[in-house]
Amino acid sequence: MSYPVEQNEKFAAYANPERLVSTEWLAAAIADGALADGKLVVVESDEDVLLYETGHIPGAVKIDWHTDLNDEVTRDYVDGAAFAALAASKGISRDSTVVIYGDKSNWWAAYALWVFTLFGHEDVRLLDGGRDKWIAEGRELTTDAPQPAVGEYPEVERNDAPIRAFKEDVLAHLGNPLIDVRSPEEYSGQRTHMPAYPEEGALRGGHIPTAASIPWARAAAEDGTYRSREELEALYLGEAGLEPGDDVVAYCRIGERSSHTWFALKYLLGFDTVRNYDGSWTEWGNAVRVPIAKGVDRGSVPASLVRS
Amino acid sequence: MRKLEVMSTNTLPTALAEIVDDFQALTEPDRLQLLLEFSRGLPELPERLKDHPELLEQVVECQSPLFLTIESEKNPDGGARAYRLFFKAPPEAPTTRGFAGVLHEGLDGLTAEEILAVPDDMPELLGLTRAITPLRMRGMTAMLGRIKRKVAAASRLEG
Repeated sequence: MSYPVEQNEKFAAYANPERLVSTEWLAAAIADGALADGKLVVVESDEDVLLYETGHIPGAVKIDWHTDLNDEVTRDYVDGAAFAALAASKGISRDSTVVIYGDKSNWWAAYALWVFTLFGHEDVRLLDGGRDKWIAEGRELTTDAPQPAVGEYPEVERNDAPIRAFKEDVLAHLGNPLIDVRSPEEYSGQRTHMPAYPEEGALRGGHIPTAASIPWARAAAEDGTYRSREELEALYLGEAGLEPGDDVVAYCRIGERSSHTWFALKYLLGFDTVRNYDGSWTEWGNAVRVPIAKGVDRGSVPASLVRS
Repeated sequence: MRKLEVMSTNTLPTALAEIVDDFQALTEPDRLQLLLEFSRGLPELPERLKDHPELLEQVVECQSPLFLTIESEKNPDGGARAYRLFFKAPPEAPTTRGFAGVLHEGLDGLTAEEILAVPDDMPELLGLTRAITPLRMRGMTAMLGRIKRKVAAASRLEG
């Protein structure tokens, strides 16, 4: 059974308020002993592989995007058996409510949440504002490693299709809305990588033709929380030009920043069909003979690819 | 845990060779724990550098802001000059700080000749690539490369 959903005015405006919890709510739930029986499990997922060890929310377990969620050999996510083993070892059962938080306004937390969703984990939520907000509010941190009782997690086959797009899917999608969440320099092609991430570059700079540029961080407020429904609508419906009911694909460089945007579109604005293209620019910008648009204009779909 | 045998530690300065041996003797989770200890052990910048961020250079290849500089000191015995290393990295970037801590403990106070003899791919010897990801390892390689370039340039000037 799911843990009760938080009720507050900000969340109530979102399409799926049950997908977010606030730091106040989490602190109160922990104080109430919610973590004791595995009904509620708190997961930290950061970019920096050592950050959890420097101090984390009491009782939170760590899941590392690279070593836990990515397959070690193939560029793909772990399979059902590996995910079941991982979840169980973290004290997560199939019916647990999982609250995920992390550094950098929840980039990696949103990515972990998206991977949980590939496995159909029903009740998985984000801590609005993530690790930084929890710390900024002077809330408790500990370096004590939790020893959760092993959870019961079945081997579930990943269901990629509803929320994950592959390169071929994106080619077939051309002409429908795409959101590019990278920096403006990456979008225009001035840069083939993020500032400070030179090794995750690509051979070509630019963007997928027709994609709108809405850098991911614009969906986050100063304190790392998601912007209000109204502000998100101004961004995605207004500026990007999405319309309710659109089938949307979001992408970035490897799919982590676009998970943050995917969450906003899917759960906060309520778009039914939103897929994250995790191959993203590190695949598209290196792929042979895919169309690319350069510069600040969205560009158009090449005539040869326009589907009748 | 697989022991790395691609390179020997023969050409490493003693302190760095000991650090490498310590890492290699551990399992992967314990290696991460040791890196965390190095991140905690990284010394603060001296006051004179704290107030002058322009004297430090950013290593842009690192995932988090990492600044460093070097200074050389006369050897009282009249031998080769000793190079001092200074690093600055935020506490919320423990991996980057840990790498800086390893290089500080392993190379601080050595001569140009000793520092320049360290193989460029020395970070691979720590056995962290799988846990840290190759990308993060390149940040450390870039840090070492920057130190070596700065030491080489300074030693040409100072002779």
